[in-house]
Amino acid sequence: MTDKATSSSASETPNIRIVEDATCTFCGCVCDDMDLTVDLDAKRIIKAKNACVLGRAWFLQHGIEDHPAALIDGREASLDEAMDEAARILHDAKFPITYGLSDSPCEAQRVAVAINDLVRGNVDTTTSVCHGPSGIAFQGVGESTATLGEVRNRADLVIYWGGNPAESHPRHFTRYAVTPKGRYIPNGRKDRYVVLVDVRKTPSAPVANQFIQVKPGRDFELLWTLRALVRGRRVHADIEELTGVSREVVDELVERMKNCNYGVLFFGMGLTMTRGRHFNSGALLALATDLNRHTHFVAKPVRGHGNVTGADNVVSWQTGYPFGVNFHRGYPRFNPGEFTTVDLLARGDADAALMIATDPASNFPKRAIKHLKEIPLITLDAKPTYTSRQAKVAFMVATYGINTGGTVYRMDDVPITLRPAFESPFPTDEQILTGILERLKEFKAAERKKAA
Amino acid sequence: MTDVAKNGTELRIAGGRVYDPANEIDGEVRDVLVRDGRIVAKVSDQARAINVHGMVVMPGGVDIHCHIAGPKVNLSRKLQPEDHRLDVHPATDVTRSGVGGISPSTFATGYRYATLGYTTAFDAAVPPLAARHVIEEFHDTPVIDKGFYVLLGNNLFLYDMLRQGRKKEFKDAIAWWVTAARAAGVKLVNAGSDEFWKGKRNENITDVNQRIEPFELTPLQVMAEFVEAVDELNLPHPAHIHCNNLGHSGNVKTTIETMEATEGHRAHIAHIQFHSYGGEPGSRVRTASEAIIDYINTHPNITTDIGMVMFGKATAMTADAPLAWMLRAKDSKWVNADTECESGCGVMPFSYQDRNFTHCMQWAIGLELFLLSEDPWRVMFSTDSPNGASFQTYPRLIRLLMDRGFRQEMIGRVNQKAMRNCLLPQLEREYTLSEIAIITRAAPARALGLKNKGHLGVGADADITIYTEDADRERMFGAPRYVIKDGKPIIEDHEFVADHTGRFLHTEPGYDDAIESELRPFFEDFYSVRFNNYRVDASYLHEHEVIPPHAGKKAKKAE
Repeated sequence: MTDKATSSSASETPNIRIVEDATCTFCGCVCDDMDLTVDLDAKRIIKAKNACVLGRAWFLQHGIEDHPAALIDGREASLDEAMDEAARILHDAKFPITYGLSDSPCEAQRVAVAINDLVRGNVDTTTSVCHGPSGIAFQGVGESTATLGEVRNRADLVIYWGGNPAESHPRHFTRYAVTPKGRYIPNGRKDRYVVLVDVRKTPSAPVANQFIQVKPGRDFELLWTLRALVRGRRVHADIEELTGVSREVVDELVERMKNCNYGVLFFGMGLTMTRGRHFNSGALLALATDLNRHTHFVAKPVRGHGNVTGADNVVSWQTGYPFGVNFHRGYPRFNPGEFTTVDLLARGDADAALMIATDPASNFPKRAIKHLKEIPLITLDAKPTYTSRQAKVAFMVATYGINTGGTVYRMDDVPITLRPAFESPFPTDEQILTGILERLKEFKAAERKKAA
Repeated sequence: MTDVAKNGTELRIAGGRVYDPANEIDGEVRDVLVRDGRIVAKVSDQARAINVHGMVVMPGGVDIHCHIAGPKVNLSRKLQPEDHRLDVHPATDVTRSGVGGISPSTFATGYRYATLGYTTAFDAAVPPLAARHVIEEFHDTPVIDKGFYVLLGNNLFLYDMLRQGRKKEFKDAIAWWVTAARAAGVKLVNAGSDEFWKGKRNENITDVNQRIEPFELTPLQVMAEFVEAVDELNLPHPAHIHCNNLGHSGNVKTTIETMEATEGHRAHIAHIQFHSYGGEPGSRVRTASEAIIDYINTHPNITTDIGMVMFGKATAMTADAPLAWMLRAKDSKWVNADTECESGCGVMPFSYQDRNFTHCMQWAIGLELFLLSEDPWRVMFSTDSPNGASFQTYPRLIRLLMDRGFRQEMIGRVNQKAMRNCLLPQLEREYTLSEIAIITRAAPARALGLKNKGHLGVGADADITIYTEDADRERMFGAPRYVIKDGKPIIEDHEFVADHTGRFLHTEPGYDDAIESELRPFFEDFYSVRFNNYRVDASYLHEHEVIPPHAGKKAKKAE
């Protein structure tokens, strides 16, 4: 998993810099133990000690693109011209929207929400297409949860449901939840029982003591069965047929959950983005809560993007709601389905869009993309994307965690400060968004003056 | 109001009745002069004059115990969209929008504190691992100055030090943690309970002399050690203690035992209303306000805030996770959040009902404690917002303290069985404006070691609230005519005229650097973040102020 130790002589070479305890923002694990060897002349990271296979690719393949920092209609423009144009677009729009944000530091996210407050826009994050249903379920049932270090220190039963961390979050097992030794888990892996529940046997299955295969689309039924049994209720016999899991396996799991000392349920998009969505998340969160009648039990969504958890936090503290927030009436309103980006684009609602560190043109439904092509689009990204190629104004920004500092929130809401490896010629998200916000404030002030 | 001359930096607040108990000014008509954000003795003729004739002038309010920022508050916000929807907070030309309710968004929190005349507030429970989050939210909490107390009372490293009898390292580590998290004080919550809750299948401490497994310690020992260490470190604010057994009948015994264990040192007992219950454990709550307040009246080392209850929506929001679980009604939504090596957390929406015996007893006990208190300098105003009630109920509670008629009318409307079982109906006392100024401003500022706050003497921060005199004290304290922060008018004629960021307040006790070589391996073994990435660096501080250490004198009783 890890590279060989960085040679100490490297740090003495003048153009080499070692950055210790840097943070990887590739996924929601936000591992902060990266030792990066940076070739400052080549502006490249040549070694990323402790990084997983995904993190290594994230660091080692990062280079500074030969690309203008700002384009208007595909032609090179100065940053000032581009920020002027972006501000004008947002100011003139009746229904401007902002989307993305989960690969930006919190400092930039805060400014993005401020822009929307000012122009009475709509702000939404990639949460609406990943763990949005978990956010909705949270509003209904709450959540018993923990930081990942608590899992490391105490959890003797670890259940993964609808996720494949071996491929999506490789160090989730090794750094946080399965193998590490902890305060009350002195023998690490040996002291834990690990269960994987999924619709197919993924590369994560060998890590688990037990793999439980549930029929596709039947997660809710299986979760509800477990809940019923934990609460001592009766369950209909056809549940085996329905879920594809034998009663024996279910009963054994129930006993295991009730009798562990500290249990944890991690869940992924296999649960939130399949049939049932927030019902699935809600059933899982309720199961973890119910288990607290018997023992200590927690649950945690395994989040994808490096700072999607920060986006949830920032949008929540500024507006009271985690995503899908509309300011059109001069105060925040929340309505998933109405103010979530896919839905409002598919309906043809927005008349301007600010896309921050996201590429909806490559992964949104056709109808949404079609509307996106018809409205003026502003993009901020660290690399050219399908979306940026269609943009009226496209900013090339520095990559967070590699070229910029700032704060990100790990999937368990732990805030971590970034340690940049080397400087980028490109501006940061925060600088561009602040520039746009300042211009919008000037527009507003001029308007007020005129009205007076 | 007449503006003689507009000047951004100088103000003459002219002709108001000034209540500044720290400087022994009790309703005297005099001018308050402001330059460059401070109270001064003289201003130039160019100073802007604000005519406040017939109005009441006080220092800005200081909230010594509330929950306004950070992970638990944000969880509460996320948990209760229904609450925001009913109480929107629109933007103005100068202020941001937000939502209100029991856990308002950050912007609404700052503005709503300002609209009550409060200019400083302290969040009472922050796990050090979440300090960065709190400070980030503080940047988005406008107008008021703010700080927090860091949760150390269930900290595994500190417990290790205590168990090993390493008092010096224990003290150094406390100072290190306060500095690393950028805290203004140390908070202990239900000491020892984390090991029972997280490690023993959701059990709780029931007795301060119970052994905390696997440590050979009792909650009482832990608290006494902390109180002593914090006092000896000369932190500006003493150890801020949330006692064991919060909310349980008969907990008066625990509370008195805890206060006795602090003897000889400064200590602050938080939201003591929730710890002043008689009766047998598990049976009906009885008032024990007399026993508690008698102890406090005669022990000048103790300061306390009351943590009053007001009827209506509240939310249990606490590092005392077993408490939130206990309050949980059948299948209602509930949040638990464990922080590694440091803390627990529970969030539980709750409402206090005037027909409910227990809730009425809690309401009455809070008022009784105030009405029996002999020293307003040590018995301070709070609702443990939003645990006892939202900070937005302060004006009503102030009226209950100041207006016997209003109080009697309310006593007549609530659960009568409770009223027959408490002292409240017999208490005649009414708080004066000066006493209100003490319990909401001067005393909290003093207890926090904020020399420039809570008074209007020369050199003080120009945080000033001006109320229109009104016999209805709820209306009066609910809508100040002017609020001036750092010498800048923020509210004029009840309207926001400017925005303001406010400062972050923290303290920096010294420690022996050697403690880091003890801490580093502990982090390697038991934390999920690197030691080097744990401390909150200076880039988060922005506008901030370091609270100087306590002068080292014992708390003295003010007459």
